Amino acid sequence: MTVAGVGVSPGIGHGPVYVLIASVPEPPEGATYTGDADQEKARAHAALEKVASDLEARGIRAGGEAKDVLAAQAMMARDPGLAVGVDALIDQGTAAARAVYESFGTYRDLLTSAGGYLGERAADLDDIRDRTIAVLTGRPMPGVPDVAAEPYVLVARDLAPADTALLSKEVVAAFVTEEGGPTSHTAILARAMGVPAVVAARGATTLTPGVRVLVDGAAGTVTVDPGEREVAEARRRAAARDRAIGAATGPGGTSDGHAVPLLANIGGPGEVKGALEHGAEGVGLYRTEFLFLDRRQPPTGAEQETAYRAVLEAFPRGKVVVRTLDAGADKPLAFLPHQGEEPNPALGERGLRLFRAHPEVMAEQLDALARAAVGLPAELQVMAPMVATVEEATWFTEACRARGLHSAGVMIEIPAAALRARDLAAAVDFFSIGTNDLAQYTFAADRQVGALSALQDAWQPALLDLIAAAVGEHGTPCGVCGEAAADPVLACVLVGLGVATLSMSAPALPAVRAGLAGHTLAQCRAAAADARAQSTAAGARAAARAALPGLDALGL
Amino acid sequence: MAERKVTVEAEVGLHARPAATFVQAAAKASIDVTVAKPGGEPVNAKSILMVMGLDVRQGETVVIRAEGEGAEELLDELAAIASAP
Repeated sequence: MTVAGVGVSPGIGHGPVYVLIASVPEPPEGATYTGDADQEKARAHAALEKVASDLEARGIRAGGEAKDVLAAQAMMARDPGLAVGVDALIDQGTAAARAVYESFGTYRDLLTSAGGYLGERAADLDDIRDRTIAVLTGRPMPGVPDVAAEPYVLVARDLAPADTALLSKEVVAAFVTEEGGPTSHTAILARAMGVPAVVAARGATTLTPGVRVLVDGAAGTVTVDPGEREVAEARRRAAARDRAIGAATGPGGTSDGHAVPLLANIGGPGEVKGALEHGAEGVGLYRTEFLFLDRRQPPTGAEQETAYRAVLEAFPRGKVVVRTLDAGADKPLAFLPHQGEEPNPALGERGLRLFRAHPEVMAEQLDALARAAVGLPAELQVMAPMVATVEEATWFTEACRARGLHSAGVMIEIPAAALRARDLAAAVDFFSIGTNDLAQYTFAADRQVGALSALQDAWQPALLDLIAAAVGEHGTPCGVCGEAAADPVLACVLVGLGVATLSMSAPALPAVRAGLAGHTLAQCRAAAADARAQSTAAGARAAARAALPGLDALGL
Repeated sequence: MAERKVTVEAEVGLHARPAATFVQAAAKASIDVTVAKPGGEPVNAKSILMVMGLDVRQGETVVIRAEGEGAEELLDELAAIASAP
């Protein structure tokens, strides 16, 4: 049997299925027990203790900071006040599972009403509660195992970043989700980890836990209970592909010598190592949110300077494109309280718009960037997200110039900016197209809504048209730093459309490098023209592939 | 009843790691021990959920009380934890 989906991270994964339990149902209100109260209390205490010791054991295995976090969670499960509450409810006739649920609820309310850091701990409490209820009702434990005897294939309806934060290639052989698209968290994370992934695989969660499956992250297939020969053959093909890709080295460019610098998207200095290992020629998108999120106070200028300098030092001969803080109601910051809730965060006061409301935050960030670049040979470029008009672009450029930041650019993520790129080009030094957001705004399709993932497809002809419009004939260099650049087929088309640089999560670099090196600029241009002549995303992809024969040889 | 009044110095207040250390130390003792904000309702110092629920921030004062054998030593230990930066 084979389950089909969309391959979003290439490679071959083979292992037993682990189906992620999305949630543990709430035990019904008024549930009672049969038997005596002491027995029921003992059951509840034993379940809490099992959860506590399990969390503790996981912490000891993980070590470091995780050990302290999990030890504190174990203390919550062993909390004497909680036990008193559970006992009192059981004495009144409430079943153990319901008593646990209600007792946790008291503390949950206490923490939630305090807000801030404590409010966030409510989620920890829910996790402990659900684990305890799972033990009491004989259900599988929620969550993802972060250690395994052999790497497993993680199957879920959809995956939240929290589900996958602790995972690594050593634990997960492949990801398979029923929902999601090429830009879903699962897809981005899988590519960043270098783990094969298939999304939009209908019926995947009905797979029997433990059954062995073969996941082909390029073809988008999940084969149930494959034969040994089939697995060996798939691995052989994947290895041949890896060798072909590995053979392409050096700076990015087409086979006839048209240079296309291949850059990495990073979210902090910690990702520099991976970028260098995959041959990044620089950084095309340095997201700076990591410095600001989950904090009560903004980072100091000195702290920012250190984080920027670390990346500039790592690429002495390359360019480093830093994106200024991209926050808003979609990514809220504790120290920049929002004026009321926004009904549509994606359409709200985010990105550069937030800076216009709080110019002191941008001033501090730009000052820190200017100081970080002093005396370093790397080419620092600074760009602002969520720019719609020439007036906004000019405002940002002037703020950069005032600090001696020589290269100021803007992200093109809003159709208005793409359509009037010629006007914006006069105000800035460069553009970078964020294809994920550009698709979101072009199709009025929220990126977070899995059901709309087909509209998030960067092969949609409307999106290709907007990219062509953004590149234009104005002469201002235009890069792409969205996930579209990570697709070796689409990367050729983007170059054919006139895109100057491509930036992507580091593990995607080798395949894109090989894909480009296998074709001439003329072939890329032809593929782009053929793709734009189509009326559907699937048609565009097929037409481009047909015009790029070198991809077959690479197994892409 | 012995008591100590201490100002919490940790940047994160009596949350996270400081709270866990505080509760761990209290839980080792066989006698009852409570913690309260001045004028507030005392809570069981052996309960991490109650201690976190007090929401003690950096610079705030807490009153720790205990009674029985070893109360003074226990309070000294807890006061030291609560006031550690």
